[in-house]
Amino acid sequence: MRVVVDLNRCQAFAQCVFLAPEVFELHGEESLMYRPRFDEAHRDDVLRAAAACPVQAILVDRLDDSRDTRTRHGDGC
Amino acid sequence: MVADSAVRAFRRDGRIVIVGASLAGLRAAEHLREEGFGGSLTLVGDEPYEPYDRPPLSKQVLLGQVLPQDTDLPRRRAVDARWRLGTAATGLDRENRRVLLADGDAVEYDRLLITTGVRSRPWPQESEASLDGVCVLRTRDDTTRLTRRLAGRPRRILVIGAGFTGSEIASACRERGLEVTVAERGPAPLVGALGGVVGTAAADLQRDHGVDLRCGITVTALEGDPAGRLRRAHLSDGSQLDADVAVVALGAVRNTGWLEGTGLAAGPRGIACDAGCRAFDIHGIVTDDIFAAGDVARTPHPLFGYQFLSLEHWGNAVAQAEIAAHNMISPGTERRPHLWTPAFWSAQFGVTVKSVGVPSMADELVVTQGSLAERRFVAAYGHQGRIIAAVGFDQAKWMGFYQRLIEHAAPFPPSFHAVDRPGGGQQPVPARFPDPALPSHGPTVTLTGHSPSERRVVFTPAPA
Repeated sequence: MRVVVDLNRCQAFAQCVFLAPEVFELHGEESLMYRPRFDEAHRDDVLRAAAACPVQAILVDRLDDSRDTRTRHGDGC
Repeated sequence: MVADSAVRAFRRDGRIVIVGASLAGLRAAEHLREEGFGGSLTLVGDEPYEPYDRPPLSKQVLLGQVLPQDTDLPRRRAVDARWRLGTAATGLDRENRRVLLADGDAVEYDRLLITTGVRSRPWPQESEASLDGVCVLRTRDDTTRLTRRLAGRPRRILVIGAGFTGSEIASACRERGLEVTVAERGPAPLVGALGGVVGTAAADLQRDHGVDLRCGITVTALEGDPAGRLRRAHLSDGSQLDADVAVVALGAVRNTGWLEGTGLAAGPRGIACDAGCRAFDIHGIVTDDIFAAGDVARTPHPLFGYQFLSLEHWGNAVAQAEIAAHNMISPGTERRPHLWTPAFWSAQFGVTVKSVGVPSMADELVVTQGSLAERRFVAAYGHQGRIIAAVGFDQAKWMGFYQRLIEHAAPFPPSFHAVDRPGGGQQPVPARFPDPALPSHGPTVTLTGHSPSERRVVFTPAPA
């Protein structure tokens, strides 16, 4: 699963760090570092962290199935 | 009514092509579907990867905490698109509304969105740039190469250019216990974006963390050994520096080369657009079928004298992509302006640097909170009697307050003396931006807003 944090919004309240320590980590006083790809096992923790974020800066994958047509390296479309 | 039915038909079965499959392209595609676009959607990207996030590349990834291939962007929804990844757009046939691709194919569109972004400026000497050990950092592949080199414990890394990317690379190197020299042409790191006062604080930060920072210095040549491996760099003060790795961090070049000869107002400074993200042609006439968003676009901003702002920042890509997507499928009266207040962040040496507004337009600044010496402060930037920007070191919770001051054209110097100091008494000082005639890093700016449908421009006459 994938996650991204809007670090313009992030104010280092660090709720995510408590709720999903395997994915979110504070580096120094305010710098949030996170793992953009995380294991399914942490799904609930990350969803809780996203819900608890006071500035709603955390976006978690909402795409369960991919309906996209993929054409790579121009192998016809 | 005729126009409305045309828009309705286009929303139902029109063809939209997005060239550039990174953050802005993905967010635009999602927003098109969210607003009910039911036609065909094609995303063209020169890299063979699905859209991924770039900010972590110079931070978590360089530190070795996250793999370069693990920064794919989350999806807000399915976009039901045809993806042409690993295939660069090479040209545009405006007359027949076709995007030409590197593999000889062409994709037809009714409306086109250009989100091709920027690439890193290469080292100007081609033979030196191809030396083993000379790198740039922009893409996933760049990052894979650089992390591999850092893992090999080079004896010294030379970072050329102390803008945000260069400074973040130096920070990651120091954290990994690697020796690093930073060569910066200007008088301080980040000076083009934040000015000399804050730049001096950034310089102290680097030196305290063991960076061998050399300002007012240019790299005149990179020298390889007979096997073609980088051996040393020659500097403008006549000295030499042995280094195994050199990272060229001299800013970015806009990806507009493929639009050459198309008559669009596209060049080294980006694609000129109106506030609704519609591209201009070289006559200054707005097109109605070609839109641009993200780093490659530049649009006039009412808050900043209607100057065309070109912002290489994450938040701008998100906000502008949504405005462009909305306008592509909306009739004229429902279109929205891109009024996002510039804002950006950087994480380096354990400090979060945040900016709102356009610092590089300022003449003066005043430290309103904290102190430069503590490296925890906010500096408010002023231009013609109003607050135009604010920069904070580890003061994220305050940036929204300053954003509102900027958006409401609050006076400068601010009416409050200091927020957290007794007595106040801080006096404005020159912000010390370099002479724009001298080569330096381009300014880098960003900001953020609320619901785009609520954003409006209010004209405030000058006080009599």
